[in-house]
Amino acid sequence: MLIRRILLALLVVVVIAAAAFFAWAWEPAIALSDPPDPSSFDHETVQRGAEVAALGNCRVCHTTQGGRTFAGGRPLPTPFGTIYATNITPDPDTGIGRWPESAFTRAMREGVDREGRHLYPAFPYDHFTHLTDDDVKALYAFMMTREPVKAETPANDLAFPFNIRLAVAGWKLLFFHKGGLATDTAHDETWNRGAYLVQGLAHCGACHTPRNRLGATEKRHFLAGGSAEGWHAPALNADNPAPVPWNADSLMTYLRTGSAPLHGASAVPKAPATENLAQVNESDVRAIANYVASVAGPPSPERQQKADALIEQLTKAPRETVGLAKSDGETGAPIFAGACATCHSETRLRGAGGARNLALSTALNAPDPRNAIHFVLDGIHPREGKSGPFMPGFAAALTDDQVAQLLDYARSRFTSRPAWNDLRTRVPRVREGKDQS
Amino acid sequence: MVTLNVNGQEHQTDADPATPLLYVLRDDLALNGAKFGCGLGQCGACTVTVDGRAVFSCLVPIAALEGRAITTVEGLGTVDNPGPLQRAFMDEQAAQCGYCIAGMMMRAHALLQENPRPSEAQIRAVLQPNLCRCGTHMRILRAVARAAQGARSAAATPQESVR
Repeated sequence: MLIRRILLALLVVVVIAAAAFFAWAWEPAIALSDPPDPSSFDHETVQRGAEVAALGNCRVCHTTQGGRTFAGGRPLPTPFGTIYATNITPDPDTGIGRWPESAFTRAMREGVDREGRHLYPAFPYDHFTHLTDDDVKALYAFMMTREPVKAETPANDLAFPFNIRLAVAGWKLLFFHKGGLATDTAHDETWNRGAYLVQGLAHCGACHTPRNRLGATEKRHFLAGGSAEGWHAPALNADNPAPVPWNADSLMTYLRTGSAPLHGASAVPKAPATENLAQVNESDVRAIANYVASVAGPPSPERQQKADALIEQLTKAPRETVGLAKSDGETGAPIFAGACATCHSETRLRGAGGARNLALSTALNAPDPRNAIHFVLDGIHPREGKSGPFMPGFAAALTDDQVAQLLDYARSRFTSRPAWNDLRTRVPRVREGKDQS
Repeated sequence: MVTLNVNGQEHQTDADPATPLLYVLRDDLALNGAKFGCGLGQCGACTVTVDGRAVFSCLVPIAALEGRAITTVEGLGTVDNPGPLQRAFMDEQAAQCGYCIAGMMMRAHALLQENPRPSEAQIRAVLQPNLCRCGTHMRILRAVARAAQGARSAAATPQESVR
């Protein structure tokens, strides 16, 4: 019978495909080796590895709040559940102390751990796959010479079917492109260095490129704006919402110091990255800034003119009496006047303590209100023991409805963008940490 | 007119709705416990609680406070009859110049309402926004721990204290 034959043929195809998939997906374990003697690595390589680790932001994910550096355990909220960053100190039992270099290299480049298990792409191996041999080698030397810390990594908390490691192999089949980056001969060395850092080591796109429903970065929309830990990662391409267009110099200042005069300060989760970039080779940060500026391209003359006019207006505005902004009119106005205007002058470029005029705010001009909500609720806090920009949070002072009123007012008062229409539902979700889209 | 509920009592005020709570407390209601320090939410001297949570009263406009329960340090007890937290601060002599103390107590009060058994690390973390320039931090920490301890032993039933 024909139908039976067709079904049989289909079954054979499915079985063969499944067998091929399993054969492809299967990765061998790499045998444990004795922890290498830290003195077996030469000092120069370790030093380079320290740079690689800082540019790669390793410690940001692989360290819990208040925990030991690189000892892992930090929860990373994703739309699929919570993934815990692992202990990457050379502890032989709970860290990577007995990983031979080949296992380390495979994890970085292919997203497979020593035991042969596929790693979740929360670990950005889709970017690290571009790393040069030298960088991986140096990073291994650096990690293996850190102080071992005994710390078990908590088990991931992922929904079915994402909790099946083999599903990651399917994900890789669809979205993962292994291999290095080719040099673009149309551009100079600095540009190519920037491309390598942004697309590879510094993995900027892990946050700033949108992801599809299966969590893969959409290459077509490179740096077009994404998400990270419940925050909106603004577009870095021509769609960037900053009222004053970024250029290589302002990006350099921002990446190096965590703040730019005409843009504002970095906050969670960006601040740790700028903190790392403050420590690395200046030429590398310059390369990143140049490359990102080139992705965005020069702003249109109209956009630049508008920005120049805004800066002039804010610079020339007369000094106002601090804290006595007008409070009549819209509902959010008195809240702005009493809670915000003391620091954020309504008319001048800078208010008390150097706070920027909100007309310059990327968060307030962004298509997505999440960052603005986060800023109002949580403020900006330098990491413990560090100095840096500060803003108090208003989570306890303002109700969800008041935060929404305030942002409605600020958006209309300081930007020419259309009102956010979902504030009433977004504010409570951000407050509860549920806005992980 | 904005109606404020402060320490369980309703007050009507005709102050501008944008006026920060601190000014109304001090200028209109004669509740001078909360202090003006920086006016920027950076020092904590003005801390009071709203619906049980610590806020900087210098940065909360009264427009945001209609129908919400405000507690100031005056709400924790009186000179003749200090509350347990105030008593603990006195017992530990935690105040030197005293300017920060009302704010310290109110933030500690919010903590103890939420978590009656905080660890020292938790007390330190929660009090982090409040500054003291005299340097009596160790006494302040001891006072908060003492208040927590006192509340525990007062609440303990005889059976529990045997255990």
